[in-house]
Amino acid sequence: MPINLYIFLALALFSIGVIGVLTRRNAIIIFMCIELMLNAVNLLLVAFSKMHLADSMAAGAAPTLTNGVDAQLFVFFIMVVAAAEVTVGLAIIVMMYRNIHSVDVNFLNRLKN
Amino acid sequence: MNNIIDYVWLVPLFPLVGFLLNGLLRNYLSKSLSGIIGSGVILASFVVSILLFMQVKGGSTGVVTLFNFIEFGKTSIPFAFQVDQLSSLFLLIITGIGFLIHLYSTAYMHEETAPHFARYFAYLNLFVFSMLLLVLGSNYVIMFIGWEGVGLCSYLLIGYWFKNIEYTGAAKKAFVMNRIGDAGFLLAVFYLLSKLGTVGYADVFSKVDQLSGQDLTIITLLLFVGATGKSAQIPLYTWLPDAMAGPTPVSALIHAATMVTAGIYMIARSNILYTLAPVTQTVVAVIGIATALLAASIALKQNDIKKVLAYSTVSQLGYMFLALGVGAYTGAVFHVMTHAFFKALLFLGAGSVIHAMHHEQDIRNMGGLKKYLPTTHITFLIACFAIAGIIPFSGFFSKDEILAAAFANNPVYYVLGAIGALMTAFYMFRLYSMTFQGSFRGTHEQEHHLHESPAAMTIPLVILAIFSFAGGLVGIPEVLMHGGHQLNEFLAPVFAESTRRMTPHTIDHTLELILMFGLMAVILVIIIFAWKKFSSYQKTDAEETGLGKVLQNKWYVDELYEAVITKPVNAFGKGLEKLDRFGIDWVVNGVGRSVQYASRQFRLLQSGQVGSYILLMVLGMILLFVLQVFLKK
Amino acid sequence: MNITEILFWLLTAVALGGALLVVTSKNPVYSVLALIATFFALSGHYILLNAQFLAVVNLIVYAGAIMVLFLFVIMLMNLNTETEPQKNKWLKLAGTIAGGCFLLVLVAALRDADSKSTMALVGSGDTGLIQNLGKALFNEYVIPFEISSVLFLSAMVGAVVLGKK
Repeated sequence: MPINLYIFLALALFSIGVIGVLTRRNAIIIFMCIELMLNAVNLLLVAFSKMHLADSMAAGAAPTLTNGVDAQLFVFFIMVVAAAEVTVGLAIIVMMYRNIHSVDVNFLNRLKN
Repeated sequence: MNNIIDYVWLVPLFPLVGFLLNGLLRNYLSKSLSGIIGSGVILASFVVSILLFMQVKGGSTGVVTLFNFIEFGKTSIPFAFQVDQLSSLFLLIITGIGFLIHLYSTAYMHEETAPHFARYFAYLNLFVFSMLLLVLGSNYVIMFIGWEGVGLCSYLLIGYWFKNIEYTGAAKKAFVMNRIGDAGFLLAVFYLLSKLGTVGYADVFSKVDQLSGQDLTIITLLLFVGATGKSAQIPLYTWLPDAMAGPTPVSALIHAATMVTAGIYMIARSNILYTLAPVTQTVVAVIGIATALLAASIALKQNDIKKVLAYSTVSQLGYMFLALGVGAYTGAVFHVMTHAFFKALLFLGAGSVIHAMHHEQDIRNMGGLKKYLPTTHITFLIACFAIAGIIPFSGFFSKDEILAAAFANNPVYYVLGAIGALMTAFYMFRLYSMTFQGSFRGTHEQEHHLHESPAAMTIPLVILAIFSFAGGLVGIPEVLMHGGHQLNEFLAPVFAESTRRMTPHTIDHTLELILMFGLMAVILVIIIFAWKKFSSYQKTDAEETGLGKVLQNKWYVDELYEAVITKPVNAFGKGLEKLDRFGIDWVVNGVGRSVQYASRQFRLLQSGQVGSYILLMVLGMILLFVLQVFLKK
Repeated sequence: MNITEILFWLLTAVALGGALLVVTSKNPVYSVLALIATFFALSGHYILLNAQFLAVVNLIVYAGAIMVLFLFVIMLMNLNTETEPQKNKWLKLAGTIAGGCFLLVLVAALRDADSKSTMALVGSGDTGLIQNLGKALFNEYVIPFEISSVLFLSAMVGAVVLGKK
């Protein structure tokens, strides 16, 4: 498949995530949009990994097993970190809900002072 | 030590060390210790100066370069000391009389607390150091360092009792007046640099023929402006009488050994330039004689013992400038020397009187002091004879030489100078008689406490009296004794070039003798008259009238300056202050206020809403990408 | 149009539709479900790119664990359409336009990006197989792998501490 299609798909997903962050007030939805953006990046990384493989094959070199492995391992680590992030983030949101009985980020304007 | 000249840097080094020790350790030194340091370093300088003088007298002179002071382009200004007849003579005067004054000060200033005592000696040492630098420098820049140094030190010393607001005012006046002169000096140095590209004496004097007459006139006039500031000539003389605010030994130092002689020294040093600039010479002579007469006339009616002496200094300096103006450079230097002796003696004597009278300075409240202060009385009398110009006291020879030269140049100078000499004799003996003769007019308490000063004060008086008496014998005029003018021979190399280029004015020997002794006869008459008149002086409450009042008020020169210069300048300053406050301040504050206003508006962006922050962040990212995409291509 | 392309466009449509639904739906529960659908579509893409390990991990970690966590939290808080906070429509418009511009600019920026090859290898290549990834992971990337376990531990501790307050 043309790499451009993957790029545009990833960009579209990412931008939808951005739009979600900008238009929603619910902290959980915003959080989900961030996950969406992370996944857009993951998709792009995997696509580039395969593009790299295609590159080395087109160059005539015998495809070694390691071509493009790095990118996919990056995706793996991103998922690891995302999982950790989600646990802590959700814990914080639960805390916030306990304190102010809302998940509306507009209540969190303490940054002002 | 083969050649002492190589060690000339020791001379200014000693006072500098003394200044540093006394200045930095003033809180830890006892009074006697700082007195010993202060006087000792000057004595050390004096010893080296004597050795130097001997060497120079033996015929060897030289320039000692210590290091390269300033270097730019093709010009380099070395930090170098010049040892020749003129500077070695001045070294002797400065360090010799300076030492006596230091010695005297140890007793005179004993009432001060130890830190202030040490501060006093630190200033005094720095003063001597600056003066030595001025005299020793081998170019105008080094001279200027010393020139500024003595200006600074005079400020510090005149304002020594800085808690008195009037004294600090006098100090400021001295400083400002000096600065006006210094500006002239500085301009002259720059002019020299631009025209000749050098400021070293030897270079300048050898290239003097490259300068056009106009250049020479401008340079010499500018230098003379500097000299009028330092040496208290019209129109910048008013600081010197006010400089009496400082302690009396300081007055002696300023008036006798240092500071005021700087201008004379500078012109004597630059004698070739002046010889080739006849216009300037006339200006110098006219200003000199005018100052001499003006100051002498003011001195006639002053009642403050130190004020009289101050105006007499101004007047005597006028004579020296007259001498310089008529080309009698040796005469000027000679008079500097003799004047240094008797004026130092007069001031120290006056200090002794003031000391005895417990800081009473008004001669109307004195009288009859010869009983109580025998040593001071005798030495003061000698000084009076010397300044009045009675043979064989030192002042006679130097003054006579100046007047003879003046007569040879232009008889009008002579007549005016003679009138000045008569006035000098009158006011000096008025001062003497009112102080020492007659009956005591002060309070009983003062009379009870009258006492002769301690030895540390009287010894310098006696030494100075000896020199005031005999100091003139190095310059006995040709008419009285063939080959008697040793000073002339000694200084001849310095002024050789000028002498060669000058059209010689000669004066008939018989005429000179007539003038000499005729004038002295009249002076004697005046002295007897003044002595008689003021010995029986009684205090009156009558106001002075007419000319007397004008003289008492110093010709209203201070008031004139106040009205013509100070007030307009103040008004101008007030105007500028308004401009500053309402113009510049408004702009500056406006900038500040608009920034404040803008930031108050921008602060609203900080809503604390996470959403708005993210929105702005995204907008920023968009902007970055836009820039990258559309501007990079 | 071969089967790969059909699958590609189908998955793309599901992913984009799901993503839009995440953003637009008023009920948070629907958002979560839509996001799970999106993740499934992305996993499909991974399989299409022969990155089987990541596809599986994506399903297990994201669609399985993380999204269930979200779902639990939302249900715990009893969030629904009525309690959903809404921004005013101008802000929504502004956000949408900003996001749209962002997309436009990114597309414009990356459209002309030159790369040696313009194709991504689809359906073949052994890179994404678990054997190869495992070898690389436990040889070159063993230290990051171990460190990530520490990260998990600290995240766990953090979540517990925050939750207990």
